[in-house]
Amino acid sequence: MTLDRRSFLKTIGTTAALTAVGTAASAREHVEAPADAVGMLYDSTLCVGCRACMSACRTANGLEPLKEEGGIYDAPIDNNGHTKTIIRLLDDNGANAWIKNQCMHCIDPACVSVCMIGALKKDDHGIVTYDKDRCIGCRYCQLACPFNVPKFEWDSATPLIVKCEMCNHLVADGKQPACCDICPREAIIFGDYNDLLAEANRRIETEPDRYNPELFGDSEGGGTQVLYLAPKNISHQDLGLPDLDDQSIPELSETIQHGIYKGFVAPVALYAALGAVMIRNRRQGGER
Amino acid sequence: MNEIAQAVGGKILGSKTSKLLWIALIGFTFMAWRFVFGLGPVTGLNDGYPWGIWIAWDVVVGTALACGGYAVAILCYIMNKGKYHPLVRSAIVTSALGYSMAGLSIVIDVGRYWNLWKVVVFPGKWNFNSALLEVALCVMAYVIVLWIELSPAFLEKWKAGSPSALQKFAAKASPVVNKLLLPIIVLGLVLPTMHQSSLGSVMIVAMQKLSPIWHSPLLPLLFLISCIGMGFAIVVFESTLSCALLKRPQETHLLAGLGKAAIAIMTIWLILRFADLIWRDQLATAFNSGWLTFFWLLEMLTIILGILLLLKGRTNPATLFRAAMLLMFGGALYRFNTYLIGFNPGEGWHYFPSVPEFFITVGIIALEILLYIIIIRRLPILVGVHKHRRL
Repeated sequence: MTLDRRSFLKTIGTTAALTAVGTAASAREHVEAPADAVGMLYDSTLCVGCRACMSACRTANGLEPLKEEGGIYDAPIDNNGHTKTIIRLLDDNGANAWIKNQCMHCIDPACVSVCMIGALKKDDHGIVTYDKDRCIGCRYCQLACPFNVPKFEWDSATPLIVKCEMCNHLVADGKQPACCDICPREAIIFGDYNDLLAEANRRIETEPDRYNPELFGDSEGGGTQVLYLAPKNISHQDLGLPDLDDQSIPELSETIQHGIYKGFVAPVALYAALGAVMIRNRRQGGER
Repeated sequence: MNEIAQAVGGKILGSKTSKLLWIALIGFTFMAWRFVFGLGPVTGLNDGYPWGIWIAWDVVVGTALACGGYAVAILCYIMNKGKYHPLVRSAIVTSALGYSMAGLSIVIDVGRYWNLWKVVVFPGKWNFNSALLEVALCVMAYVIVLWIELSPAFLEKWKAGSPSALQKFAAKASPVVNKLLLPIIVLGLVLPTMHQSSLGSVMIVAMQKLSPIWHSPLLPLLFLISCIGMGFAIVVFESTLSCALLKRPQETHLLAGLGKAAIAIMTIWLILRFADLIWRDQLATAFNSGWLTFFWLLEMLTIILGILLLLKGRTNPATLFRAAMLLMFGGALYRFNTYLIGFNPGEGWHYFPSVPEFFITVGIIALEILLYIIIIRRLPILVGVHKHRRL
């Protein structure tokens, strides 16, 4: 009986200990933006909501404009399986501001962390790209993304995940993303990530009456390669961005997963331990 | 009691079982619809709620309810309680069917199912950060392991049949399988330990979206422990039900032992669940979160009531049966809460399963029950069968 109980406790104990190890293990290292990181800076105070970026995005990415019933032309209410960027208006008690939504190209993206065989990846510039040949459509990226960025082609029998890839096909040719190229007010600009960080901070410093002193993206969710400047007295949360800690989204999950499965030692050890218990039990004739 | 497993016998499809077939066929018709028109028109899923009942119920709850084989194997082979051996085979049948149906649900749910093979074939591309990858690989492997564990039942039947190629094959394969069985059984203990805990890990990444009542670094441990408790409960449930329907003698003396194990397991789970809430300073949240509180309380109360019933009257078959159902329900609700009820992607998103989505799930359950009945009728699974009784 004591033997039985001991081996039972061993089984439960081993797994409990392994999970505990995972929980207690020192957090996984903070990820920094790659040396060649590019990014985009959106300045809400400059945007006039003309939506030229949305139209240019469609052209550059081969996305059909939305034709709704009743003749409404291309007025999506959110990013979706046909729309990679959208301009919204915050109209709340006189506070008035524009916000552009597209992939944030996180420095440490949750979607990349959870993607089973690497359909979503960060390229050398830190752009989060999508490879349909590795995607099985499990939609874990959608569940993981704190910005609800990846969209799914729900009305297709051969669906894809659709998200902004910062026009990486244009960037590869030395051009800039279509939205940045077309914007008449330079409300969205493209460039080297560190240059954009410096530019954003310069704007906040030189015009403190114009800007919210908080820059979104320099640390939120571990940092994003798309940065946001909000008008003074309007918070980024008012503009619809989530309230994130500086810890990246996948930090905790990867710390736990790595803790449990480090070097695949734990499953092998568990197999060996259980195998040994079983063989001993069999020798003792407990089994028929 | 007769210790030899026997086939129950009877027609493969009777009037009751053919009803199950019809329900399954309705589900499969909707399934065809999904494959032709895509997921959007058939389901209530959307970009905010990418996972619905096919994942939360069919896969996450379904595989936990299919942990009977795992739980009884721990008892039999690791704790060395040989007396539970008569329960092993039927537990393996429910596990094999449950996991196979979960696999089927995954094929229906993923958008690009034709790429699924790549997950198996390209180890170089595996992303070990993904808890879901771990679940996918382990579940696939475990389905194979379960059917190998069940193969002696097939081989016994074929060996006993009239001389044929199949009989010769069975005679040759039996000793090979018997030799392989020990390492396979050990694998059958390691794999569920891995993927049932990983099913909890899957939701850790939903940092802001999952209510703190359920989001916890302890998710893997809580999922693992509760699946063992649910495994014991399902064996009690299935055994009691099949004994009643087949008018076999109840195996209460054995099942009471499972009940005792379930008390221990679920009490540990409850303590951890509360300790975790207190440690994360979220107990108050659990009590004042509106309808989330309702679901949390329901989860807690069913499990507490299940444990209390087991403590009080596990030697009474009816009480034992009720307690098992409560634990199954409570454990299922814990998973459902974690994957759906407590999940909130932000304002403006809603999900409720569509009618076709629901019928596909019901169809899969009907198919599972139907296959179980066919298997126990044709294969030596149950012990103590009276041949003249018919299901």
